[in-house]
Amino acid sequence: MTVDGSETVVLDEDDIARAVTRIAHEVIERNTDIELGVVIVGIHRRGVHLAQRLHLELTSLLGAELPLGSLDISFYRDDLDLRPDAPVVNATQLDFAMDGTTVVIVDDVLFTGRTVRAAIDALLDYGRPARVQLAVLVDRGHRELPIRPDYVGKNLPTSLDERVNVRVSELDGADEVTISQVTGAGALA
Amino acid sequence: MRHLLSIEDLDRDEIERILSAAAFFADVADRPIKKVPSFRGRLVINLFYEASTRTRSSFELAAKRLSADVLNVVASGSSVEKGESLHDTVSTLSAYGPDVIVIRSPHAGAPGLVAGWTHAAVVNAGDGKHQHPTQALLDVYVLRQRLGSLEGCDIWIVGDVLHSRVARSCVQAFIKMGAEVTVAGPPTLVPTELAALGCNVRHTLEHIGEADVVYALRLQQERMSEDFLPSLREYAANYQLNSRRLKARQLVMHPGPVNRGVEISGELIDSSQSLIIEQVRAGIVVRMAVLVEVLSGTRVRDPGGQRLAVSAEPQLA
Repeated sequence: MTVDGSETVVLDEDDIARAVTRIAHEVIERNTDIELGVVIVGIHRRGVHLAQRLHLELTSLLGAELPLGSLDISFYRDDLDLRPDAPVVNATQLDFAMDGTTVVIVDDVLFTGRTVRAAIDALLDYGRPARVQLAVLVDRGHRELPIRPDYVGKNLPTSLDERVNVRVSELDGADEVTISQVTGAGALA
Repeated sequence: MRHLLSIEDLDRDEIERILSAAAFFADVADRPIKKVPSFRGRLVINLFYEASTRTRSSFELAAKRLSADVLNVVASGSSVEKGESLHDTVSTLSAYGPDVIVIRSPHAGAPGLVAGWTHAAVVNAGDGKHQHPTQALLDVYVLRQRLGSLEGCDIWIVGDVLHSRVARSCVQAFIKMGAEVTVAGPPTLVPTELAALGCNVRHTLEHIGEADVVYALRLQQERMSEDFLPSLREYAANYQLNSRRLKARQLVMHPGPVNRGVEISGELIDSSQSLIIEQVRAGIVVRMAVLVEVLSGTRVRDPGGQRLAVSAEPQLA
C-alpha cells in the first residue's frame, strides 16, 4: 500500500472536542430516561479513547457517572483467515450488568458497517441490553450492511480510494482526522 | 502462520500474541455465553493415534468454543486398525475439507509429514518424544498468570526428560520467555547432551531449593524399551518431588497424567503450591488461541477485495 503523502485535515483538535460535546448533548436528549441506565462502550482501539471522552462529557453534564466499558471484536469478525497475522487482542471490559440498559457503542469511523455488526454480536453475548445505539466520530459512507449511526461527529463523503485517518492524542500524540489518497491492494483495508 | 509443529516455529512476539488471545478467551469462559463465532462453519479434525484425555478433550472444547464443527478420529475403532497408512487416512480426512487438523502421533515428525499432505493447517498435539508445543504454551500461560513474567525465573524440570516431548517443548519455550532452565533426574533419563538445548543439566536434586518453579515429568514406562531404572522405589527415593524436598514458596507443575507417589507425592499434588489444575484449565483457552493463530492468513484478498483460495498450496505428495 502506498500513500501519496498529501493528507488533508478535515477535523482538528477543537472540531473533535466540539463533536464529542455535541454527541454528549444528543445522547442526553435522545435518552430521556437516562437515569434508568445508559452505558458507554468503546470499540478497540480508538473507539475506546473516544468513549472515554464522551463519558467524561456526560459525567460533567449529568453530575453523575455512567458505566464505561470497552469491547474487542477481533474474534467476531468474518475475515479472520484473510488477515495476514492473528489479531493482537485487547481486553474486553464490561464490568456491569447490561441487561435492560441502553448501550451506546462508540467507534472512530463508520465505513462498511461490518465492525459494528461484529460489535453488536459481541455485545449480545455479554447480556441483553434494552437498546443499542451507535455513536461515531466520522461516517464515511460505503455501507455494505444495513447499519445506521444514531450520533455522528461528521459526515464525510469519501471515495473508495481515499483513506480516513483518525488520530487520538492518547495513541498518536495528536487529535485530528485527515483524508489521504491510497493506491494499490490496500485500498479497502 | 500455517502450522504449529514445534515451539521452534514461534518467536517471542508470536508467543505473546497467543498468550494475549488466551487471556481474552479466559474472560469469555466467565460469560453466560462461552463461545465466540470465529470458526463458524469451519471444520477441525482431531486425529489421535495415542491415548489422551486432557489434550484431546481440551482441543475438542477449544474448537467448539470457537463455534467450529469438530470431528474426532481415534486410532482404535477406525480404519487405522485395519492397516490404513497415515498418508491414506490424512488424504481421506482431507476430502472432508477441514480447516485445521490436530494430530497426536507416537512417531516424531508425523505432524510435519501430515502438513505436506493436506490443505488444512496442522497443529501438533504431541509427536513421539519430539514436541508438544501446545502443552508448553499453556505452561507459559499459567506461569505468566501467576508470576507476571518468566524473565529471570529459575525453572527446574525433573524426571524422565529423555522420553518427554513436553520437556523438549517446555525447555525451548521457557528459555524463549527469558527463564533460566535446569533439567534434573537420573543420568539414564537425563543425558548430558540435553545441555545443547541451552539448559543446565543436574543429576541430583541437591540444589532444587534454588528453583522458583519445579516441573515434574511423568515416568513414561510405555516408552521405555530398556531398563532405565533399577526400580520405581529407588527412583522415588532419589527423585520424587514431595514437601520434604520442596519449600512452600516453590510452585509445582505437572503435565499429567500423574503417577501418584512415584515422580510426585500425593500431598504435593493437592497442595496450594500446585498449579496442576490451573494447567488443565488453561488448556482450553490456550488451544483456542493456537487454533486462531494457525487459521489467520490462510487466504488472501485480491486487489478488488474478492476472496481467493488458499494462499500457500502445499505440494501434495
